[in-house]
Amino acid sequence: MKLAVLSGKGGTGKTLVSVNLASVAGNAAYYDCDVEEPNGHLFFKPENVTEKTVFVKTPEIDADDCIGCRKCADFCKFNAIAVIGEKAMVFPDVCHPCGGCMMVCPQNAIFETERPIGKIAQGVSEDVTVTSGILNMGEESGVPIIRTLLRDMKANPNDFTVIDCPPGSACVVMESIIDADFCILVAEPTVFGVHNLNMVYELVQLFGKPYGVVLNKCLDGENPAEVFCTEHNIPILGRIPFDAELGRLNSNSEIVSRIDEKYHKLFTCILRQVKEAVQQ
Amino acid sequence: MRIAVPVEENEKEICPSFGRTPLFYIFDTETNSGTLIENDAMNAPGGAGIKAAQTVIDAKAEVVLVPRCGENAAKTLEAGGVKLYESVGLSVEENIQAFLDDKLAVLTDIHPGFHGHGGN
Repeated sequence: MKLAVLSGKGGTGKTLVSVNLASVAGNAAYYDCDVEEPNGHLFFKPENVTEKTVFVKTPEIDADDCIGCRKCADFCKFNAIAVIGEKAMVFPDVCHPCGGCMMVCPQNAIFETERPIGKIAQGVSEDVTVTSGILNMGEESGVPIIRTLLRDMKANPNDFTVIDCPPGSACVVMESIIDADFCILVAEPTVFGVHNLNMVYELVQLFGKPYGVVLNKCLDGENPAEVFCTEHNIPILGRIPFDAELGRLNSNSEIVSRIDEKYHKLFTCILRQVKEAVQQ
Repeated sequence: MRIAVPVEENEKEICPSFGRTPLFYIFDTETNSGTLIENDAMNAPGGAGIKAAQTVIDAKAEVVLVPRCGENAAKTLEAGGVKLYESVGLSVEENIQAFLDDKLAVLTDIHPGFHGHGGN
């Protein structure tokens, strides 16, 4: 089964939940789709890492053949092509390489070259295969890297796979959850946290995915995120306490479920509920 | 010479966004008259600066008066031989006069653009 872990903003606890669920599951695969700032590998410290560069195609114009007819510029919905002095000019950082400009060019004056935008790195940490997507600094879109990660995931099916999503609810998150059998939404116990929870809650409903919430940083007293879940009949899979010891271990990049029995139990319990929900 | 200025719907004030301005005012110094043209890039999902620059180049402007400009628009305008000058205040009329009186400076501070912040 494939489990996606998402949240409306960064720093909510996606990686904490993802890394620990993959760890307690055993014989699992962990995919870090938060390609702008992947950090799961800091916890897993994978060994025998191999890397693969990810390229995207970029159109280039053969100025000798271009007659400045503008068919390419008119076709491009992202306005990545301007026509100046009867010659087309490409803006690679705005291009969403669809190949359409090449198809409409009557002169065959457009060809594609490949440009590296990042890489995926794969290694092993105990019985977990750890695969991270890494987008080069300054690049616009991580989607091609996420697609490469998901292709690898499909080519190497595993009994249990955790997809650590990027924060928010934009295209990169949608790409990441497309193949998921279940989505875990991680939420903070604040009014702001409820706003962010609502974003991903709407997203998983739109995609028709089964889902549940893990409440992170729980304190005594009222938890607005818990109130939201109760009001919307959202199953709560677990509560991670606001615990100084957890914070210390986590900031030292330790996987808490590997060293603290209490947390091993907590994440095992969350995992069991997810498996039961998927089997139903 | 033709001078292009991004203007608001009220047709009098300069719009601070080159790419997403609703209109461009094109002033022709030879005829001493101006026309308004629509900016098709106003609601473009992306690449608005590039498309707006194309509109200005197609209108045969040689100069653009703006308070600021993104890098893709600036690159397109440069390729089209259009020069950028930094506008002062909001009045379209006063800025055109200031340019004609040699009182506006060349715009050198090109920002990296506001594109890509919708999470595409």
